[in-house]
Amino acid sequence: MDLVTLAPRASAEERAAVDGVLGTATSRWEGGDRMVPTDDRFALGGHAARERRHLLLPVLHAIQARVGWISQAALEYACRRLTIPPAEAHGVAAFYQMFSTTPRPPVVAHVCEDVACRLKGAGQVHADLERMLGPAGAPALGGDATWLPTPCLGRCERGPTALFTVAGLVPETIAAAPVDAAAIVDQLARSLAGRELVPPPLPPEPDEERLANVRRSIPQAGGPGLRLLRRAGVTNPRSLDDYLASDGYRGLRRALELGAAGVIAEVTDSGLLGRGGAAFPTGRKWAAVAAQPARPHYVVCNADESEPGTFKDRVLMEEDPFAIVEAMTIEGFATGAARGFLYLRAEYALSAARMAHAIAVARGAGYLGDDILGSGLSFDIEIRRGAGAYVCGEETALFESIEGRRGEPRNKPPFPVEVGLFGKPTAVNNIETLVNVPAIVADGGAAFAAIGTPGSAGSKLFCLSGHVERPGVYEVEFGAPLGELLALAGGVAGGRGLRAVLLGGAAGVFVGPDALDLPLTFEGTRAAGATLGSGAVIVFDESADLVGALLRIAAFFRDESCGQCVPCRIGTVRQEELLARLAAGRPRRSAADELALLADLGQGMRDASICGLGQTASSAVESAIRAGLVDLGGRRP
Amino acid sequence: MSTEIERIFYEPPARPTRIPEAPPAEPQPAVELTLDGRAVTVPAGSTILDACRAAGIEIPTLCFLESLTPVNVCRVCVVEVTGSRVLVPSCSRRVEPGMEVLTASERVRHGRRIVLELLASAVDLSLAPGVAEMLDAYGADPLRFGPSAPAAAAGEREARHPGHHEPPDGAAAEIVALPVKVDNDLYVRDYSRCILCYRCVEACGTDAQNTFAIAVAGRGFDARISTEYDAPLPSSACVYCGNCIGVCPTGALMFRSEFEMRAAGTWNEARQVTTDTICPYCGVGCTLTLHVQDGAVVTVTSPMGSAVGEGHLCIKGRFGFPFVQERPTG
Repeated sequence: MDLVTLAPRASAEERAAVDGVLGTATSRWEGGDRMVPTDDRFALGGHAARERRHLLLPVLHAIQARVGWISQAALEYACRRLTIPPAEAHGVAAFYQMFSTTPRPPVVAHVCEDVACRLKGAGQVHADLERMLGPAGAPALGGDATWLPTPCLGRCERGPTALFTVAGLVPETIAAAPVDAAAIVDQLARSLAGRELVPPPLPPEPDEERLANVRRSIPQAGGPGLRLLRRAGVTNPRSLDDYLASDGYRGLRRALELGAAGVIAEVTDSGLLGRGGAAFPTGRKWAAVAAQPARPHYVVCNADESEPGTFKDRVLMEEDPFAIVEAMTIEGFATGAARGFLYLRAEYALSAARMAHAIAVARGAGYLGDDILGSGLSFDIEIRRGAGAYVCGEETALFESIEGRRGEPRNKPPFPVEVGLFGKPTAVNNIETLVNVPAIVADGGAAFAAIGTPGSAGSKLFCLSGHVERPGVYEVEFGAPLGELLALAGGVAGGRGLRAVLLGGAAGVFVGPDALDLPLTFEGTRAAGATLGSGAVIVFDESADLVGALLRIAAFFRDESCGQCVPCRIGTVRQEELLARLAAGRPRRSAADELALLADLGQGMRDASICGLGQTASSAVESAIRAGLVDLGGRRP
Repeated sequence: MSTEIERIFYEPPARPTRIPEAPPAEPQPAVELTLDGRAVTVPAGSTILDACRAAGIEIPTLCFLESLTPVNVCRVCVVEVTGSRVLVPSCSRRVEPGMEVLTASERVRHGRRIVLELLASAVDLSLAPGVAEMLDAYGADPLRFGPSAPAAAAGEREARHPGHHEPPDGAAAEIVALPVKVDNDLYVRDYSRCILCYRCVEACGTDAQNTFAIAVAGRGFDARISTEYDAPLPSSACVYCGNCIGVCPTGALMFRSEFEMRAAGTWNEARQVTTDTICPYCGVGCTLTLHVQDGAVVTVTSPMGSAVGEGHLCIKGRFGFPFVQERPTG
């Protein structure tokens, strides 16, 4: 393919960033210096060139992290190296929120503006920042720093939250929570001063301190009766020895005895349903992939946890990374895949570090790579980072993203078990689903099926945030009522009255105080017209601004729609406009008319959108109105 | 003769004197399904849209074009399939044995109506053939969403960043309008008329031209067709084949000649006649349709059904016609 690149030569640091991922260019064709005489009879094309497309996101990340934005010259150099048309690569770069295709200061505070953090005063933080630093995106503090509003950062238990990205030779990503405007300005100044300095290694954390710290996110940590969270705060997440001493790799050893079909039988018998939101039977998914004649098969772990108010996968990756490595290895064995991808959202820096460490240690100890445990099994895991796009949590958008494209969901069928990553049969599972697997295989599916309820086996992680006394991740057996979960977290903060609970995040459903005895099971919530979704439980007390929350949810979907299909691309805009009119008390014609239109629009989006994003974009808004939790001046639609 | 000797005296078959034909396609097994309660049989691998068209059932389409890979993004062609939670796009969904399809149910009509209303509330569809009839047929009322907001200033939409936007007050419906991009002599890009059907991107890419000068950039409502960094076409990979114009369903991409005649008020389709001819430039033999108004060629197209180029042309065939008008002056 002849590429047309017209921008001036990329700067030395831009080229260094790209070469850091791809190695030095070996020909002028690839954007390097002219090499005589090979360049006279050399062209790169065909499959060999196109196969490198999946390296586009890692390369864009490298440029962004080195320079702070992606210039046309840098992008075109990356395009030369990877044989990608610049227009396509620009379309990819301009899709993801964490990439900037316009000049941006190197030090950025991304400050959460989402539902859970708003309940903790994020709105005030934004107003203060505007006063102290100027409008979002404008250069501040001498020009090398700025702040930007961002959707949920997944640290809702400690909100309001911020994420600092520092571009340079030693790029850094620092998460901070809770923060106020002064703390953000302070950190920006510190990052500016410390740029290009290698940060000192963190001192080892004493055990008691680590447990105390973990308990801020997992209040039950170290307590009895935990399955998914049993290692949190108890074992050192960086130690394979700790993992092995706490039943680690018992599942994989048993799996190798059982054989692939035996593993799938146990997982099927366990009744394990996917925890990412769709509740698909995991055993059926694995069996379908294993049966596909097309090769190779792939395993993908969906760690793109971006549903507002959800942070369970983050704490699992931070506190029990080896369990995820083990589970993916079992999955690879069962489905006949030799390669696994862990697609991790870019905002989770500590998770990425812990997972990368665990993968490297496991590989070094013979738990990944060729001939695992002397069994002849080959399996390895690669981490791929997202770049700020909620829609990439949708499995087919996630594939597109790994393949180096815009995160636009594919039409289904064909389903990923037939045509998935790189067009091959692929098993995709959520982190929490996978963490259940080693114990299921080790102890048998029947033991797992006995926990919880007949329709919802096992235990479930819930992410409590907003107005609760002790926010954090909680593990309860399926079947516990909502009220019990809230009581576990100390009830509504300050003993105030409960106004509403948002189950399942922005794509979820609002329920009122009358739903406290709602059983938290897949079948129970479904029967009540609600959903468990991602496990997000955002609590609103009687003083909460629920209309503000609805407006934020509408804005969120307008921002996160990929823009591919009409109902979602334009429908999310109209939904937000409509709510803005109602919230301001300025309906066209009458409020009842507007509510009817909202319902009409919701049905259109639900029926005609390509993927779950558009199909659920009106869910929370409609549920709040239906349950009579907000008064928008009209009768219920 | 021994086989050894046979091999020595082997005579190759005569060289073909005619263009070799592709081997006949294997007959596809038939699939039975019902369309609106009517049992039909179509070859396996057909889409629901193929089946409907064969059965004489009309399905509206916008982003679909026979010569391009279906992208199923406009969602105007949705139908109801029994057992499916949501409506399915007929242009890309393959038929399955026993499938029950409803093409005109209340749910289908509602889905199509909302999609058409949303499109018409955000995009200028006044030059899109057939769309006014579709809006009528489905009783679409785009003004339900309020009056249109003003157009964006030049460069404003291109500068938006994914992940955050200014909250609206809802007084008017946001639209995609922006100034027309006129940056070359051959064609203009009026993205106020763009419905993001991806047809131009496909025609520029692997479905026809393999030039890859344009792609979708941005996200959500701010998604747009763009060259890299919104570079003007002369600074892009564009080779001016004009195949994007050929596939554009809304007039967003338009010959510069037509654009200027429209601006001057001289464009008049009623006074135009079309003449099919063969492109004079090379030996490929593409069919050209000359659109002639008042004795002058104003635009050139190529019929979709043309076996040579399936409607696609190159810069010479599509734009190289002014010489026709040049008469000796001395």
